[in-house]
Amino acid sequence: MASITIEAITKTFGAVPVLHDIDLSIGDGEFVVLVGPSGCGKSTLLRMIAGLEDITAGEIRIDDRRINEVAPKDRDIAMVFQSYALYPHMTVADNMSYSLKLRKTAREKIAEAVGAAAGKLGLDPLLQRRPKALSGGQRQRVAMGRAIVRHPKAFLFDEPLSNLDARLREQMRAEIKRLHKSIGATSVYVTHDQIEAMTLADRIVAMHGGIIQQVGNPLDLYDRPANLFVAGFIGSPAMNFVEGHCRAGVIETTDGSKVAIPDGIQLAEGQAITIGVRPEHVRIVATPEIGTYTARVDLVEPTGFGTIVHVHLLGQDLKIYTLERGIAVVGQPMHIALDSARLHLFDRETTNRIG
Amino acid sequence: MTSTHAAAPPNGDRRTAKQKIAVRLEPWLYSAPVLILIVAIMLVPLALGVSYAFRDIRLLNPFSGAFVGLKHFRELAGDGAFRGALVNTLWWTFSSVILQFLFGLILALLLNQPFKGRALAQALCFLPWAVPSFLSGLDWAWMFNPVVGPIPHWLYALGIMSEPSNILSDPETAMWGPIVANVWWGIPFFAITMLAALQAIPKDLYEAAEIDGAGPIERFRSITVPFLAPTMAISILLRTVWIANFADLIIVMTNGGPADRTQIVASYIFTQAFRRLDFGYASAIALVLLVLLLAYSMLIVILRQTMLSRH
Amino acid sequence: MTRKRLILTVLHRLAVLAYVAFALFPLFWLLKVSVTPTSLLYTEGVRLWPSQASLEHYKFVLTHSSFPTFFLNSTIVSASTAVIVTIVSSLAGYAMSRFVFRGKYWIVGLLLLTQMFPLVMLIAPMFKMLSPLGLTNSLTGLVIVYVAFNVPFATFLMQSFFDGIPKDLEDAAMIDGATRFTAFRQIILPLTLKATTFPVGLLSFVSKFSVDFGQMMAAGVLALIPACLFFLLIQRYLVQGLTAGAVKG
Ligand SMILES: Nc1ncnc2c1ncn2[C@@H]1O[C@H](COP(=O)(O)OP(=O)(O)OP(=O)(O)O)[C@@H](O)[C@H]1O
Ligand SMILES: [Mg+2]
Repeated sequence: MASITIEAITKTFGAVPVLHDIDLSIGDGEFVVLVGPSGCGKSTLLRMIAGLEDITAGEIRIDDRRINEVAPKDRDIAMVFQSYALYPHMTVADNMSYSLKLRKTAREKIAEAVGAAAGKLGLDPLLQRRPKALSGGQRQRVAMGRAIVRHPKAFLFDEPLSNLDARLREQMRAEIKRLHKSIGATSVYVTHDQIEAMTLADRIVAMHGGIIQQVGNPLDLYDRPANLFVAGFIGSPAMNFVEGHCRAGVIETTDGSKVAIPDGIQLAEGQAITIGVRPEHVRIVATPEIGTYTARVDLVEPTGFGTIVHVHLLGQDLKIYTLERGIAVVGQPMHIALDSARLHLFDRETTNRIG
Repeated sequence: MTSTHAAAPPNGDRRTAKQKIAVRLEPWLYSAPVLILIVAIMLVPLALGVSYAFRDIRLLNPFSGAFVGLKHFRELAGDGAFRGALVNTLWWTFSSVILQFLFGLILALLLNQPFKGRALAQALCFLPWAVPSFLSGLDWAWMFNPVVGPIPHWLYALGIMSEPSNILSDPETAMWGPIVANVWWGIPFFAITMLAALQAIPKDLYEAAEIDGAGPIERFRSITVPFLAPTMAISILLRTVWIANFADLIIVMTNGGPADRTQIVASYIFTQAFRRLDFGYASAIALVLLVLLLAYSMLIVILRQTMLSRH
Repeated sequence: MTRKRLILTVLHRLAVLAYVAFALFPLFWLLKVSVTPTSLLYTEGVRLWPSQASLEHYKFVLTHSSFPTFFLNSTIVSASTAVIVTIVSSLAGYAMSRFVFRGKYWIVGLLLLTQMFPLVMLIAPMFKMLSPLGLTNSLTGLVIVYVAFNVPFATFLMQSFFDGIPKDLEDAAMIDGATRFTAFRQIILPLTLKATTFPVGLLSFVSKFSVDFGQMMAAGVLALIPACLFFLLIQRYLVQGLTAGAVKG
């Protein structure tokens, strides 16, 4: 087990900058998830930790040892690839034991380690098969097995579940979590699936455009997103954003509606504001009161467990997530309350959170 | 997480100069054996050969070897046989390439359909490629000969010939002999490359096009051709150059005759070198051919670039 | 619709049949001439099969000529050429496929250049260079020259094979503890070998099999038999191997 320290890392491909001044320290045994949209540089950062990409500037340390110049094979880390990268000409057992053979581990030790890993992942009946003869889920397991077999200092995962169907993904997600609980190894996990990020992470690192946007535990990112990007990225269905300006102590939205400023927040007159409110925090009330809004229902999307209701409100297609069924009928008016404690305010210019 | 660094960020790469050189050198180490071989076995002799073009090199003549400057090239400018060979080379090369390509493409399309016995048919159709050029030349020369071969008799029976005679000895038709042999021999090359390219086309593209209402001709035009185009361009280029240099069949079948009507530049070089043993003159011709082929290749590459950039 | 389809199918089969006939007839003629006794060679020259077939040419070639020695020599030459070409061109093809380096385009240009000039031009200078080394009349000299002739095309072929193999595989191996060269040797090469030794190696085997033997059709047929057998074996891999992705998944 080990800690990983990333300091002022910058990466450029030719003249194209991909990562800008990344700082991150990952504690021993911690499970850190990198999330962000496609192309934001997650894989690049991960591959730099692995030693597969040169480091343009900055330093990466494993347990306080600088590893910039260390070859991947000497870093003692394991990686699970999105494509799994199983060696097609080797059996499952050979795939898993390859790294140990390269390290000249004794034969009995190899057999033992492979047996243990196979047992953990339920691979025993598949050991003599070639990757070609495995299903996608089984291949994924083998890729995991290949990583855990040699007890590396750290695990790197690059979207390991994105090639699986939704159900299998859920199952493997739980399995990875269980595995991490039992092995306790330092892990860096890349995904653009925010549910995976929320459920697996000790800490989430949200990235965008090669810059770290926020680091924190999953609920922090959900409760107090640091900027518009994180607010929009974390949570499903995604947060509603309403644009407005601070006018005479209230926020006036583009359609002229007024929203009260939450307590303890100071805004400058005329400041451009984006209000964020999560669909699950929009309340539907039975009767209009002071401060509630009324809107006509545009669209109703039942998801089974809950319902997503779309209304046109505050100059916006506003989504509401409710657990009550049959409460919304398309074309009917509906009364809506916004709790000011549940509103997120962002400065539209800097996109940063206010308060 | 926006820590401010007072000092400049630590350098990303602190490998020693030696290690950096090792990294730089890696691809060269992998390429070294090929490079050494090619330079030693082909490039150095090529340079020597080029130098021969400016010297008087005649085998069996101990007094030869002197530097003669551009004498060979001046001679070449007035050499009618060489000019004839140039024209013949164009004929030979383009008719061979076009026919090989067309028949190869058709064969690839035929073999790209699944049918029973396809594997066998494919193996048999590709077989001519395994025959050494020298032997195929000999074989076809026999087949064109009315005494020991059937072809003249067939042509006669079909009314194409007034009497069964050897097309190889008729100056008007002689060139077709080696061309036919070359087509027979070269179809597999194109068929194999085209078939490989065809099989790399994703099948769902055709299905999508079919659903969109495209007929077979439209599908061929809008999917097959664009997908094959890069392979076609490269293999036609390589093949053209190769065939222009390929004299084996002609030397075996007609030896340039009758009346030099099948003499191509490559076989003319061969004749100069091994019949007249004049290596100096042969090298001069070879140099001219090399320059022409380089120019042709450049032209194709530039054409391709402009075509690619236009899309 | 079904009628049209039937006609198309028939046309397709007929076309394939025509191709097979065109490909095989000259080979058949070779065989026919080789079993025709010399006395009948001219009198029955145009018959499809001689009234009396004999193996006299074969007997002669095998017993009285130097063909057996030639045969053995060319087997040795071809086999060594095949092995060396495969090794050498796979190394260079790997560099072409995986590294971005400044000299790459020069190497490609050099390889292409070697395809541009008549090899006849090289014979005299090569002779001059190899004779002081005592290689002119030896199999070693022959092997070196054949390897050099075959390597450019083989390198391009290898490069396209490697292009079809995902880079993730080496990355995985290097993380597993292999150097790049180990990864190349243990992971990438075995994967291509299945698909490439055949085309790359044996192709040079086939094309160089019959260097120059007597002008006897029988010798030709004899030399052709192994070449054709090999070719029948390899041609399947050739198409497969050329199809990028043959080794994926
Ligand atoms: N070898 C390379 N050369 C040039 N640019 C590259 C290279 N590899 C990646 N990039 C660029 O770097 C950026 C970040 O790529 P990266 O693969 O890290 O994204 P990612 O966050 O992993 O995206 P995804 O979620 O799609 O996997 C992209 O814009 C990509 O185009
Ligand atoms: Mg990625």
